[in-house]
Amino acid sequence: MSNNVYVVAEHIKGRFDDITFEMLGKGKEIAGALGGEVVAVLAGSGVKGMASQLGTASKVICIESEALQQFSPLAYAKAVSAVVGAHQPAIVLTGYTSMGMEIGPAVSVDLNIPLVSFVGSLSVDGGKAVAVSQLYGGKMNVESHADGNQCIISILPGAFPADAGRSSGSPAVEDFAAPDLSGLAVTFKKLIEPEGGDVDITTQDILVSAGRGIQSDENLPIVEELAKKIGGAVSCSRPLVDSKWMPKTRQVGKSGLKVKPKLYLALGISGAPEHIEGMKDAGLIIAVNSDPKAPIFDYAHYGVVGDLFEIIPALTGKL
Amino acid sequence: MNIIVPIKQVPDLVEELEIDASGVDLDRSSLKLKLNEFDDHALEEALILKEETGSTVTAIALEAEDVDKILFTAFAKGADKIIKVTGLENPSAHQAAQAMAEVIMGLSPDLVMTGVQAVDDRDGQIPVLLAHYLKIPHVSVVTSVKAEGGGVTVSKEYGGGLVAEFEAKLPLVVGVQAARQSPRYVPVAKVRQVMKSATIEEVAAGSTSATAGSSVKRFFKPEGGRGAEMLEGSAEEQASKIIQTLKEKGIIK
Ligand SMILES: Cc1cc2nc3c(=O)[nH]c(=O)nc-3n(C[C@H](O)[C@H](O)[C@H](O)COP(=O)(O)OP(=O)(O)OC[C@H]3O[C@@H](n4cnc5c(N)ncnc54)[C@H](O)[C@@H]3O)c2cc1C
Ligand SMILES: Nc1ncnc2c1ncn2[C@@H]1O[C@H](COP(=O)(O)O)[C@@H](O)[C@H]1O
Repeated sequence: MSNNVYVVAEHIKGRFDDITFEMLGKGKEIAGALGGEVVAVLAGSGVKGMASQLGTASKVICIESEALQQFSPLAYAKAVSAVVGAHQPAIVLTGYTSMGMEIGPAVSVDLNIPLVSFVGSLSVDGGKAVAVSQLYGGKMNVESHADGNQCIISILPGAFPADAGRSSGSPAVEDFAAPDLSGLAVTFKKLIEPEGGDVDITTQDILVSAGRGIQSDENLPIVEELAKKIGGAVSCSRPLVDSKWMPKTRQVGKSGLKVKPKLYLALGISGAPEHIEGMKDAGLIIAVNSDPKAPIFDYAHYGVVGDLFEIIPALTGKL
Repeated sequence: MNIIVPIKQVPDLVEELEIDASGVDLDRSSLKLKLNEFDDHALEEALILKEETGSTVTAIALEAEDVDKILFTAFAKGADKIIKVTGLENPSAHQAAQAMAEVIMGLSPDLVMTGVQAVDDRDGQIPVLLAHYLKIPHVSVVTSVKAEGGGVTVSKEYGGGLVAEFEAKLPLVVGVQAARQSPRYVPVAKVRQVMKSATIEEVAAGSTSATAGSSVKRFFKPEGGRGAEMLEGSAEEQASKIIQTLKEKGIIK
């Protein structure tokens, strides 16, 4: 086994996702503490040219195959497993993302390496990874150490700065022959682009964002009225979209949009990691929540503990 | 199709969470539990498929406090069979997945539909672990499963609303993020009725060989990143303070 940290790079439509750079930056720090190097694993087809963007890595391991042209859960998992099995790094970083969630656990079972998920903070102690997971919707931190010498760590997007891992250069590129990926029972068909909405929440200065605290779609008009008065647009957390109360185009977060308005008014949103991922960089965050322990208050600049059904009309009335 | 839906209870996050005396677990005596919301979506998508294709749906859970309730509720909503796997104590995610896989294997599944995640899965991502112990493929973060020509077409969500469509042969494990429609509601009276008439099939867990694990060192509450400045007072006063702040920052005039 080596002291190296392997980062599973994520890309779609020819672009690296920020999580790749977030993991590379953190990976470099961790590798330094272990006395090893940070290495990027880049799977795909015709992706070698992208390796120069991964200059933070000492080396980029490139696995190319037609079967990796588009992300496909089992194909990517098998490719990464093959590299990890052959090189035996100390730590493998994957994203707690739609892609990483399929790769990490698969490699974990294939190679019998423990997996720690939901990780928002990572350090090294006595030559071993110390990972802190943000569990229970962000209400509790759990610190764990891997049993044994190896560990796969699934990193929450947005937990580490992407800039720390963003340096281009000419890292050594090493080819790794893809394992047999024929006859897999899952076939990629197509990508479906999101429909454009009436409002682009990513370009708004002010977002009035409603969460499950709003209780019913019948209560949405009070949010819309406040947004109108304050000169902003309405956005929301995921459960409102899953309940079909709001269109997908208004969803902020991991599986929705990343927003960076001047003002983000969070009304009845608990602040789960998947929501925080989409709005933590807003200029000013003001949260209203009846639960004084709601995790959203850890990210807000100003907090109001109260009933949104009282605060919203009071605000609207004063504007 | 033969559809298996693994379900579990998680702490209701509306309640306060406390750490127990050991420092490495929640104080379970004061926890209020509820069905993991993503499992409710997985069950809903399974029941829609049942209606569309005449499939059978089996809900399965590992033995845990109060777990009978969610199994009976699944039955009341339309599951054909409910199974409880007994005899595992504090399994790791790998052990839980391995034990469930063994029971599910015996049911000859076409589709295994789990929730995409549970809020307490430190060492987890059960859908993919389960698939690997079952030696069948997986697609997770799924928002729709449609039966087509002997297989299924599934939609997997990436960020920004981008969706990938996959065609899959069966058997397959899917981790359901959201069903095509809101999970159906079932009146408590109907669940009570089911409790009298339906039976939970109990299956003892086999021995598990999964060893990959990690140890919890401590639980601690988040201290708060930047820490919000709290605006106190009545609702009217709080609203005035918000508006004053927005004016000071030049966000509104
Ligand atoms: C793979 C994946 C991707 C996801 N992507 C996203 C995403 O993109 N965006 C997203 O938002 N979520 C996403 N989620 C879901 C996420 O985990 C949470 O479930 C969700 O963010 C919770 O939404 P919420 O805060 O509105 O609801 P809850 O967590 O239920 O919180 C409701 C809050 O309202 C408060 N409240 C209740 N009544 C009142 C009242 N009268 N006045 C004031 N406050 C009140 C409560 O105290 C509580 O804090 C994703 C999950 C997964 C697994
Ligand atoms: N103990 C359990 N019993 C039944 N199903 C489970 C159990 N643990 C996890 N699952 C299933 O796996 C999904 C993901 O859980 P997790 O990987 O723990 O986040 C859940 O939504 C359930 O469908």
